[in-house]
Amino acid sequence: MVGLHERRCAPDRTPRTRHAAAVAVRRHRTPPIPLALALAFALALALPAPELRAQEADHPGKPVYDRWCAGCHGVDGTGNGPAAGYMLPRPRDFTRARYQIRTTASGELPMDADIRRVIDEGMPGTTMPGWEDQLSRRERDDLVDYIKTFSPFFENLPDPEPLEIGDPPRVSEEALAEGREFYQEIECWQCHGDQGRGDGESAPTQEDDDGFPTRPADLTENWLFNGGGSVEAIYTRLRTGLDGTPMPSFSDLIDAEFMTDEQLWNLAHYVRSLSPEEPPEVRDVVRAALIPEGESLPTSPDDTLWSAATEPAYIPLVGQIIVQPRWFAPTVDGVWVEALHDGEELALRLTWNDPSHSPDPAWLEWQQRVLDVVEPNEADDVEARPRPDAFAVQFPRTLPGGRELPYFLMGDSREPVHLWYWRSARPGETDAPDGDSGYAIEAEASGLDAIEPLAAGDDGAEAGGAGPLTADASWEAGRWRMTLRRPLRTADDGVDTAATEGEIPADADGRTQLAAGRAIPIAFFAWDGSNAEEGTRGSISAWYYLYLDVPTPTSVYTTPVLAMMLTAGLGLVVVVRAQRREERNDDHESNETPRREA
Amino acid sequence: MMSKLNGVIVILSLTALPVVAACGGGAPADEEQAGTEDAQAEAGPAVDPAVAATITGVVNFEGTAPEPESIDMDAEPDCAEKHPDGASTQEVVVNDDGTLANVFVHVREGLGDREFPASSDPVVLDQDGCVYHPHVFGIQVGQTLTIRNSDGLLHNINARPEENRPFNISQPVDMDTERSFAVPEVMIPIQCDVHGWMQAYVGVVDHPYHAVSGDDGSFTLENLPPGEYVVEAWHERYGVQTANVTVGEQETEEIEFTYDAGMAQNADVPLGDPIDLHDDHGGDDPRITAVEDADGDG
Repeated sequence: MVGLHERRCAPDRTPRTRHAAAVAVRRHRTPPIPLALALAFALALALPAPELRAQEADHPGKPVYDRWCAGCHGVDGTGNGPAAGYMLPRPRDFTRARYQIRTTASGELPMDADIRRVIDEGMPGTTMPGWEDQLSRRERDDLVDYIKTFSPFFENLPDPEPLEIGDPPRVSEEALAEGREFYQEIECWQCHGDQGRGDGESAPTQEDDDGFPTRPADLTENWLFNGGGSVEAIYTRLRTGLDGTPMPSFSDLIDAEFMTDEQLWNLAHYVRSLSPEEPPEVRDVVRAALIPEGESLPTSPDDTLWSAATEPAYIPLVGQIIVQPRWFAPTVDGVWVEALHDGEELALRLTWNDPSHSPDPAWLEWQQRVLDVVEPNEADDVEARPRPDAFAVQFPRTLPGGRELPYFLMGDSREPVHLWYWRSARPGETDAPDGDSGYAIEAEASGLDAIEPLAAGDDGAEAGGAGPLTADASWEAGRWRMTLRRPLRTADDGVDTAATEGEIPADADGRTQLAAGRAIPIAFFAWDGSNAEEGTRGSISAWYYLYLDVPTPTSVYTTPVLAMMLTAGLGLVVVVRAQRREERNDDHESNETPRREA
Repeated sequence: MMSKLNGVIVILSLTALPVVAACGGGAPADEEQAGTEDAQAEAGPAVDPAVAATITGVVNFEGTAPEPESIDMDAEPDCAEKHPDGASTQEVVVNDDGTLANVFVHVREGLGDREFPASSDPVVLDQDGCVYHPHVFGIQVGQTLTIRNSDGLLHNINARPEENRPFNISQPVDMDTERSFAVPEVMIPIQCDVHGWMQAYVGVVDHPYHAVSGDDGSFTLENLPPGEYVVEAWHERYGVQTANVTVGEQETEEIEFTYDAGMAQNADVPLGDPIDLHDDHGGDDPRITAVEDADGDG
């Protein structure tokens, strides 16, 4: 308390630096953020760094901090390290002592253990990694202590007290139903959306305390929750809010007796139930089951025939940060892939979360805000304008016989790749009509920004492309689901690809020829048009493999039966012979017995 | 209703005043010294009604006021219904008589070591029709702020101070929630993240001499001890102005602030700025965009 005022009255009013910067950034509406950021940056350079307490210069946490943390959080703790501009959300500004992940009430300081937990475990879904394995216990303790020296609040306010968090009540159908009721009642959907995918009406306007665009959490991906995805963690976030973000505390609702503690727990149970039991396991191979003869492949994402597919494979996607312009704030962080084939044709079902059905005018301002805060050299001359969502499935043009693969970022001029490329709207459309499933074309790519349709002039402007690839996509409540279908073979060269073990070349147009029973390299790309994504600005995956099940040969069924019969027959022979010998021995023994007695 | 946080804030606010007073001495006070002065601190002289003075005035506006931006409330029909003629932003509200509303006016300097206990009457911030009422208001350190939801739909109240601790609470139904602020700070932005257009500003001072210009642009600071004062006006778009005023016993001084449309260009609008009543710094405050000397008038 005292120090706060002391600092304020001191002749050297260093905190001013910070205020000036904060004001500049906050008033982003007029002038726009880049100007404000530039101003803040200039101020930060022009003014002396905040004066630290004398003993802080030799604080044991300082070397650790300066080495490992300052790159993002800045030597002065303002969150403006050299790398900060490449991050969204931005690194924490320690000088304001506003911490998202706490066990204390809204606006209160965090407990040491709260800071420590974030250092140890990181913040999933952000660029903040966990340091438990990198730094010693001592170093991490020192860091907690050192980070606190950036804000006078820690010195001047009484020690914070954690909220009392009890044990969760048992989860049950009724508990989940009540949780869902409160989800509706207290309007969590306003930001998080009806199904929790972060697609609420208010989602496009969200900003953090520094005016940076921020997204409501996708509640169906609890492995990415800041602060943890357990029901206890969710309940705690509901009680404490996430300071510095739009997520408020709901503790007052219990104090006001609008809802009970148990009901808040049930809400937490409900939110927990929106995510899978376990975080998805990433495997290298996507399996396409072979449907029984006589049955047909699904045509739409809602087709019940998809129940024949094996467990969906989860493919994580990350922002493209290799080729400039790079993209550090991607929307799509993963895609679920299911596959079926009938020996003639392949059907893929792709499911990914994207809070906007682009192009959507409601997200234009969001686009502008995102473009305003990414590093200028990464978004030169990029304007906010209606852009469609897009998705690409990538194959090598030639199915390789060996391990050599084209460059995973859409190949290069030496070795282009083949794409199944879908977009949610046709060129020129500025508002995607509901129910429009967009269009898909096949394309050749020799780089992220060099995608050429295979059929000359096929930019999708004409409805119903002539190609063999068909798409059926639908967007609902923050999620795209799409079926892509194409014959395995499009070439009419009569080659039996099933019998080929070596390379299988593309058809005359450059379409990849697919075959069952071998590992087919496959990769995925996603773009959210409402997030200004297109070209090199999007989400990417590495190479994975698609494996189309082969028909089970009859010998699989007959051989075991034969083997069993043979074994049984041989066994019988052995048993019978053994019995006969036994019988002979018995006769022999009975003859000899008297002799022994003699 | 009163949360633990509130308790903390109230405690802080009780200790805040003497410490601020200690700062006035100019010497940086360490904890021990502050403690001593704390014990010695006495309440300042009560204002004798027989000598109490008044500063009154008006905030003028020159030039062309920007057109108010209309708010699209389609997403909240219940709120839209409360604005049959449509709602618009309150960033710049120029009255019919050419005066400027929503200007926070407060005594910035001149009260010396006097202390003024916070009023026990709460200040009410009402959310009605998805608009804050009032849009700009003042409150005293430690005074209760009653945040009211009259809309019966989800609002969050996100206060983002620099000198005080922040809070961000939700009110999904008709309800009252109480909070208070521990230290002076002009101004603190408050916003609703559910409805991006909802914005309010609160000025926290540690005395009762604050007002907000109304629909005739006028303001009145009454019951002042006679003395020399620096009165500051704050507007969210046009920035800060100050006036030096001297009032004698039972006198009423009139002052005028004049904003013009061009000031929006370079206005420095302090948010989360610490203010120190007892800090007698000169006119080098970079926040001040225009100084009007009303000394000797009226």
